[in-house]
Amino acid sequence: MAPILEMRGITKTFPGVKALDNVNLTVEQGEIHAICGENGAGKSTLMKVLSGVYPAGSYEGDIVYDGEVRSFRDIRDSEHVGIIIIHQELALVPLLSIAENIFLGNEISRGGVIDWNESFRRAEELLRQVGLSEPPTTLIKDMGVGKQQLVEIAKALSKKVRLLILDEPTASLNERDSQALLDLLLEFKRQGLTSIMISHKLNEISRVADSITVIRDGSTVSTLDCKAGVSEDQIIRDMVGRQLDDRYPPRHPKIGDVLFEVKNWNAYHHLNTQRQIVKDVSFNVRRGEIVGIAGLMGAGRTELAMSVFGRSYGRNVSGEALMGGRPVDVSTIPKAIAAGLAYVTEDRKQYGLLLDDDIRQNISLANLPGIAKGGVIDEDRERKVAEDYRSNLRIRSSDIFHKTLNLSGGNQQKVVLSKWLFSDPELLILDEPTRGIDVGAKFEIYSIIERLAGEGKGILMISSEMPELLGMCDRIYVMNEGRFVAELPRGEATQESIMRAIIRTAGRTAA
Amino acid sequence: MSIKTIDEAGSRSEAGASLDYFKSHLREYGMLVALVAIILFFAIYSWATGRPTFVSASNLTNLFLQNSYVIIMAIGMLLIIITGHIDLSVGSLVGFIGAVGAVLMVLYGIPVPLAVVICLGVGAAIGAIQGYFVAFLRIPSFIVTLAGMLVFRGLTFMTLGSSSSISPIPPSLRALSTGTIPDFLPVLGLANSATMIIAVVVAVAFAGFAFAKRSRKANLGTVHEPQGFFYGRVALVTLAILYMGYLLSTNRGLPNVLILMAVLIAIYAFVTTRTTIGRRVYAVGGNEKAAKLSGVKTERIVFLAFVNMGVLAAVAGLVFFARVGSATAKNGTGLELDVIAACFIGGASAYGGVGKVTGAVIGAFIMGALNMGMQSAMQLSIDYQQLVKGLVLLAAVSFDVYNRNKA
Repeated sequence: MAPILEMRGITKTFPGVKALDNVNLTVEQGEIHAICGENGAGKSTLMKVLSGVYPAGSYEGDIVYDGEVRSFRDIRDSEHVGIIIIHQELALVPLLSIAENIFLGNEISRGGVIDWNESFRRAEELLRQVGLSEPPTTLIKDMGVGKQQLVEIAKALSKKVRLLILDEPTASLNERDSQALLDLLLEFKRQGLTSIMISHKLNEISRVADSITVIRDGSTVSTLDCKAGVSEDQIIRDMVGRQLDDRYPPRHPKIGDVLFEVKNWNAYHHLNTQRQIVKDVSFNVRRGEIVGIAGLMGAGRTELAMSVFGRSYGRNVSGEALMGGRPVDVSTIPKAIAAGLAYVTEDRKQYGLLLDDDIRQNISLANLPGIAKGGVIDEDRERKVAEDYRSNLRIRSSDIFHKTLNLSGGNQQKVVLSKWLFSDPELLILDEPTRGIDVGAKFEIYSIIERLAGEGKGILMISSEMPELLGMCDRIYVMNEGRFVAELPRGEATQESIMRAIIRTAGRTAA
Repeated sequence: MSIKTIDEAGSRSEAGASLDYFKSHLREYGMLVALVAIILFFAIYSWATGRPTFVSASNLTNLFLQNSYVIIMAIGMLLIIITGHIDLSVGSLVGFIGAVGAVLMVLYGIPVPLAVVICLGVGAAIGAIQGYFVAFLRIPSFIVTLAGMLVFRGLTFMTLGSSSSISPIPPSLRALSTGTIPDFLPVLGLANSATMIIAVVVAVAFAGFAFAKRSRKANLGTVHEPQGFFYGRVALVTLAILYMGYLLSTNRGLPNVLILMAVLIAIYAFVTTRTTIGRRVYAVGGNEKAAKLSGVKTERIVFLAFVNMGVLAAVAGLVFFARVGSATAKNGTGLELDVIAACFIGGASAYGGVGKVTGAVIGAFIMGALNMGMQSAMQLSIDYQQLVKGLVLLAAVSFDVYNRNKA
């Protein structure tokens, strides 16, 4: 069968940089085609070229779709022929209903007057196709992210989609919703729909993809046929351009006494004080130890960490915290910092960085007294501190006066880590420390974590990526529905034992 | 994001570097250039139309006197805008403080220093109340200070009671806003030689500090400003100081209120750029959540910004009262808009986190120069003045947003 899409020799140049350099992509009719690559490799740019965000003429090369060379001037042009892109950040209006969102900009109307009966009927039909049973009058804001994603797909179907492009579709979904979404893609494939999926998650790719194109530094590295069998290692090798013998640095634990301990910790939802989010949790972290917290999304891991860190989450927080055996007051963030705690957030753009400020100002923020005398900032000292962390953690930028907004995810994370290291904590709580970071930078972050543990700090690491926990941690707590349901030493922890602990306890606890 | 990295890491020619520097600091130089251009325009206009010369000693003195209260409040407003808030009540507050001061000093005969302290205390208390609502109760500042604007205007009427205006003001307070320094060193044969001497000292000090700072940076290898820009900037400012000093010294001398302004500007420029509390103010506006999670007491910073605004509004209220010569219920009406406009023209971001004290001051002078030029040089009526000021504000902010989106 002829390919539905061929992108030939696509080159896209921005002032000062070649974002795409002679990229070729061939997508066969009716397949699921995965595109992999590190952050900044050029995946999104390629999709923007395809969907007409960058209009014809602003790039070199040809887009052949359905056997014809196309030149799209904007998104409407590409949508007109059935190329629909669903972005990672969903483009839905929260305060409008499902039906209104599905037909937004494409209303079923006569003379400008919307035919609501027909709209709802069609919406219901589309929702059935994507397996949603919600009434079409439901507001988007009242649905979970997983279902919102399905609404986006229903919207795509309403536009007579023939080539569906999904940019990191499962990035914000939990395990169950991700599975459902992938099943839906396979179902569409059986009905003859062609899809392109951009993803970081190799396990998902190997589950659904028929072929894989790997992009690195703006060029096509390889196109792999999954029927022939593709190993994850091979994909990773192509993505980073080198052999990754170990995805994790070697761990030589030197574990000491108990450093930090929490007893009988409870926290309630910040809006609904009836709902208990953290239920009677106790744990400890030893010096030099990396302790993981595993669990599904919504298990309460971030809420636990933030409620411990100066009650930055939750109401009616109760429980006891001990540092080095002595009770410490962690009731406000400044007190928690003073007690030796640091919390590296899972959402560095929202909660971690002053994006408009430079590296230097971000690093000093949590410990301004450390660079000041009598409230006056010593600029030389601040600069030196920033320079030291930039070279120690290998933050890649032209200098320390670089705005953090313009750094890659991995380098932003290093800035956030630097900020907390400069506050000189005993215990670092790392919440999803490698989220949205590409494979090469992940290894660097892991190495930093390992080094900190080697210096005798305690590390508490929350992660949704089980391989990461298994690869890094000396001990793993499993959290489910607000409780700690298992504690597994390194030797006993496997993906299976963690999942078993979660499933065994699921739904057991009535709030 | 990789685009910028490559661009900046690449080697560049000297001229290219100058151009890049100019582009990235276009806004700051642009404001200075705009101020100079406005003054030049009116100077040429009045010369060409045969009107009295625009750049004169009396006009310069008036420029300072007429805009002193706007500048004093613009400093406070800038801090509030940096934290991401706004204060609409300051115009009413000027009227209210004037009324309180007038009642204390004129009707009750309380000594001026004591009355001044009481007025500043009242300003602080009002700032604290509004700050409490904004920072701790999380009521949007627009609402809280809109309410304050109405409440304090009402209280102004009530304080003045049946008397529609209270005057005359005590001479010692009047000296604050319209007086000039005495000629304590009558050596140069100028009308006020002391002023010229002070101007020389200030100009030398400015140039000296600028060179010292640059050489310190050069030692550390962190000089970004190209040499030409540096010399140009220092020469321009030094000459401007000397010329203004000369003009003032041929007339009545250095206005007292200019000294007050200069001290406040210096203090706040230092606080915002060099102290931990200044850094925290910017952090709160830049990303409140990140600042909070980094241990910054964000509510307290916002609260203090409002207290500070209250005190500065009280200072401005007294200066205004002293300048007008009487306390009336209409004093300060609409002044909040001039103050807010000065901050935005001066480069503060409506989204918070960005702004400079010097920028707000220059913004206020741009507005002041426009006012004065349209009034005295072109003799346009008040409606044209409003129109032009509105367009200048819109243009300045559009320019900022355009630049921001382009980056």
